[in-house]
Amino acid sequence: MELSSEQQIETLRRMWLIRYFEEAAIRLYGEGRYRGSTHPYIAQEATALGVCAVLEPHDQVLATYRGHGAAIAKGANPQTMMAELLGKATGMCKGKGGSMHMSQVDLGFLGSNAIVSGHIAIAGGVALAQQMDQTGAVTVAFFGDGASCQGVFYETLNMAALWKLPLVFVVENNEYAISTHYTESISVPFISQRAQGFGLPGVTIDGRDFYAVVETAAEAVARARRGEGPTLIEAKTVRWTRHSAVAAGAPGAAADKWKETDPIPRYTTELLTRRLLTEEQVVALEQAAKAEIDAAVQYAIESPYPDVEALHADVYA
Amino acid sequence: VLFADSISLYGTKADLPDEEFLVPFGQAVVRREGGDVTVVALGAMVPQALKAADELAAQGMEAEVIDPRTLAPLDIDAIVASVEKTGRLVVAHQAHRTGGVGAEIAQQVTERAFDSLDGPVVRVGAVDVPVPASIELEKAVFPVAADIVKACLSFRRR
Repeated sequence: MELSSEQQIETLRRMWLIRYFEEAAIRLYGEGRYRGSTHPYIAQEATALGVCAVLEPHDQVLATYRGHGAAIAKGANPQTMMAELLGKATGMCKGKGGSMHMSQVDLGFLGSNAIVSGHIAIAGGVALAQQMDQTGAVTVAFFGDGASCQGVFYETLNMAALWKLPLVFVVENNEYAISTHYTESISVPFISQRAQGFGLPGVTIDGRDFYAVVETAAEAVARARRGEGPTLIEAKTVRWTRHSAVAAGAPGAAADKWKETDPIPRYTTELLTRRLLTEEQVVALEQAAKAEIDAAVQYAIESPYPDVEALHADVYA
Repeated sequence: VLFADSISLYGTKADLPDEEFLVPFGQAVVRREGGDVTVVALGAMVPQALKAADELAAQGMEAEVIDPRTLAPLDIDAIVASVEKTGRLVVAHQAHRTGGVGAEIAQQVTERAFDSLDGPVVRVGAVDVPVPASIELEKAVFPVAADIVKACLSFRRR
């Protein structure tokens, strides 16, 4: 699938938005500006961006608590996300969702979910609704290697394959379920192999290679749209940061080696090679993204907290 | 054993014996004695109830604070004995008010000591909404000492 020049350039901008958003999220947590936790998407940017690049606006995305990247990839405004992170009234969910429960229905971002793999079954339901309503839309569920060990994942794989749901499972194998390496908890070398037992295609790709993600996702989405059923994509990646701002699970000494496979410089090189951008434009684009995140942080800090009266709003129908 | 802990207590400190000690199941502890109102406080509500008892004492009401420590088995005898003395019961927990275990304690006391009660048992619990992420909204959801004080003082209006 060939993406337009504009879309490829926009992708680099969003990569930097995600990277700087997450760096700001870690910093703001350290400053005590919000509680709970936050789970950085740093170094995984190419996966969410590659998958969302082939989606239509009415397609639906569900993500994990490591879901800020998917939100930005689906077109969310970092400003309302940052305000949400700090629990402000101007936030994406008016401050009620926080880092782990961001959602924006009109964007087709049905949200991140704090329950490991809990959203996979929800994604199955969303895909079933799309099939029954014959909308032609598809659903994507992002989740991690740890989530792929939960029973609900297999239940959803089974029903999605049986009913040929328009669903794309994207397991982002960042190697560690908090501190457990996947080779210590998964019985096969590739998570994608698990698809075989349920009769759907499974494929493993380098999740840090934007164009590889686009190509694979395009095929899976097209298959889903044709009514041929789900696909399981395993996007291999790494996590440089700790599991979250609170929990341990640092990847340790290997992190430096992993940084050599940073998806952003890799993608930047691609754009330069394709002559879509000059060196100067690349620098300007990164600086503009950084400035946008800085402004988002300022906006979030200056925004008011919700009124206590808002407690009951949007809760009961 | 199903163990429910409160994250809000993670940062707190307390004196512990040097040697191993075990919390017996089904044995409540009276954290503070008082004759005017019984406050059954669960988990993170115990320190809040003790704070409330100080405030109530300043207003001339002596609260007896009971910490059941375990809910199953529940030391209902200790609670009933206290209610028979005070005639008033407030149950405080961080769980939602609707469907919270406070309702069960209230019901058991009603079955066992209805004649001792001067009025309905008062429940203090979280507001019946999903807990919001926003710090300011979260503060409005979970009860604190002031809510327990208010609940205890409501008996005066009867």
